[in-house]
Amino acid sequence: MAKVLVKGNEALAEAAIRSGCKLFFGYPITPQTEVSAYMAKKLPKIGGCFLQAESEVSAINMVYGAGGSGKRVMTSSSSPGISLKQEGISYIAGADVPCVIVNIVRGGPGLGGIQPAQSDYFQAVKGGGHGDYHLIVLAPSSIQEMVDLTSLAFNLADEYRMPVMIMGDGMLGQMMEPVEFPEEDEGAVYAEKGWAANGTKMERKHNIINSLYIEAKELEDTILERQKKYDVIVKNEPRCEEMNTEDADIILVAYGTTARIAKTAMMKAREKGIKVGLIRPITLWPFPTENFKKHADGKKKFLCVEMSMGQMVEDVKLAIDCKNSVDFFGRTGGIVPTPNEILNKIDEISGGAF
Amino acid sequence: MINIITGHYGSGKTEFALNLALKKRAEGKKVIICDLDIVNPYFRTSDVRKFLEDKGIRVIASAFASSNVDIPTLPEDVLSVFADDETEAILDVGGDDDGAVALGGYFNYITKKEFNMFFVINTLRPMTSKVIDILELARNIEITSRLKITHIINNTNLAYLTEEKHILESFETVEECAEKMNVPIKYILGKEEFLKNLPERYKDKAFKIETYMNLPF
Repeated sequence: MAKVLVKGNEALAEAAIRSGCKLFFGYPITPQTEVSAYMAKKLPKIGGCFLQAESEVSAINMVYGAGGSGKRVMTSSSSPGISLKQEGISYIAGADVPCVIVNIVRGGPGLGGIQPAQSDYFQAVKGGGHGDYHLIVLAPSSIQEMVDLTSLAFNLADEYRMPVMIMGDGMLGQMMEPVEFPEEDEGAVYAEKGWAANGTKMERKHNIINSLYIEAKELEDTILERQKKYDVIVKNEPRCEEMNTEDADIILVAYGTTARIAKTAMMKAREKGIKVGLIRPITLWPFPTENFKKHADGKKKFLCVEMSMGQMVEDVKLAIDCKNSVDFFGRTGGIVPTPNEILNKIDEISGGAF
Repeated sequence: MINIITGHYGSGKTEFALNLALKKRAEGKKVIICDLDIVNPYFRTSDVRKFLEDKGIRVIASAFASSNVDIPTLPEDVLSVFADDETEAILDVGGDDDGAVALGGYFNYITKKEFNMFFVINTLRPMTSKVIDILELARNIEITSRLKITHIINNTNLAYLTEEKHILESFETVEECAEKMNVPIKYILGKEEFLKNLPERYKDKAFKIETYMNLPF
């Protein structure tokens, strides 16, 4: 298919539809409302269902139900709305139900603001809801990658029977870039979901979708079993882009919009003769630990750049066992850092040699 | 003259509004640019307010545009646009018929004046790539605003991946829309290098643009 010009939020919606998602339950919130708006316009025309729930709490429980029936389903929101969804997300994880959740992050905490932020990192990768569980968290940094990762998100959700989060920020949601959508495979047959509560046809026992366990031992066994799945994901699913790290003295670490800005800063630094590289995590959970480990030589300096107060810094330090120095530069509350601000920090770290 | 700019969201209305304002100003006219967008939270005229004001263009925009006040407000001083017949007023309206709602309250002021109502088309936007969809959108904007579109602006582009062929390939669709709407095509927008080889019938319609709503990287 030829390239078209789309907003990030539209790209997520169209890519979901082309990945076989015909069900969307949500509640509008800036800066992700175009996902809902697009689904509202398009899904009824193709035999799907768009439903604007009365609240985020309600929407995520509709997703729980639809996912439990084995259908591909998505919801999307922005930071305060995602906080409201956390109870449902924990239930979905506890019932091993696949679904895709989009968070187009805005400034927080509280109602915060509507400008871009990355301050929901902890919430996404370290829990958010209660209990021993993980989400696979995908962090696109271009509109094309939003398309590609949406398709991946549905596949991973089905393969591992778990919720997958696509975490963008307001900039990615609102900006426009040319993209190419894959053709939808109309006859696609998705993985057989023998566990789904989709009617017994009087041919099998009832399937039950549930996260409540009467006996503690039974709950522990379930969690241990689920942990084995997480171990496989940690081993097989980390994704990362690495640029210019081999000869680098300073390695920038950034994801999403910030990675685009960091890349520009990296190129400007290289023009000045400072050897700067970039590691861009594409999966935030599982964190691409191996890409960091090989640089844990005590020499290269890391600089984490985020639109938050430095929530990813600890994962970088853990990945390298604190063997190298890890600095941080960030803006928060809806302010997007500029390439020059990052460059100044690079200058500072490199000892002002340039 | 009142110049109203409508179209699909993301069709390039704000970029066209800015370029039109700068062009009229360069011709020595008094220019007001007025942000009536009640839909879009980001990439607003007020982002370049200082740049425009330095050029002598008056900017009317909600004090809440590009802020965290997430409500569809209109600026309080819109009516001053209609006070002076010599001024070129450019009304940058929000996307789709949803955005055109903002024009409703000014209907009686607009229709007493001479006005252009531009309809911006980018055929590389998925929701406005087909004639039938473009015509439906145009009609919905006209119904909502109660105003008739007077000119079509062809702003077909793929942002930084735009090539000359994209503009040339859009002619068939945009011309069919113009014919069915019975409205002339006023301008073909594009970077200078893509407008060199336009067919003869478009020679006086080329409108060279610069982009001002840029990304932070």
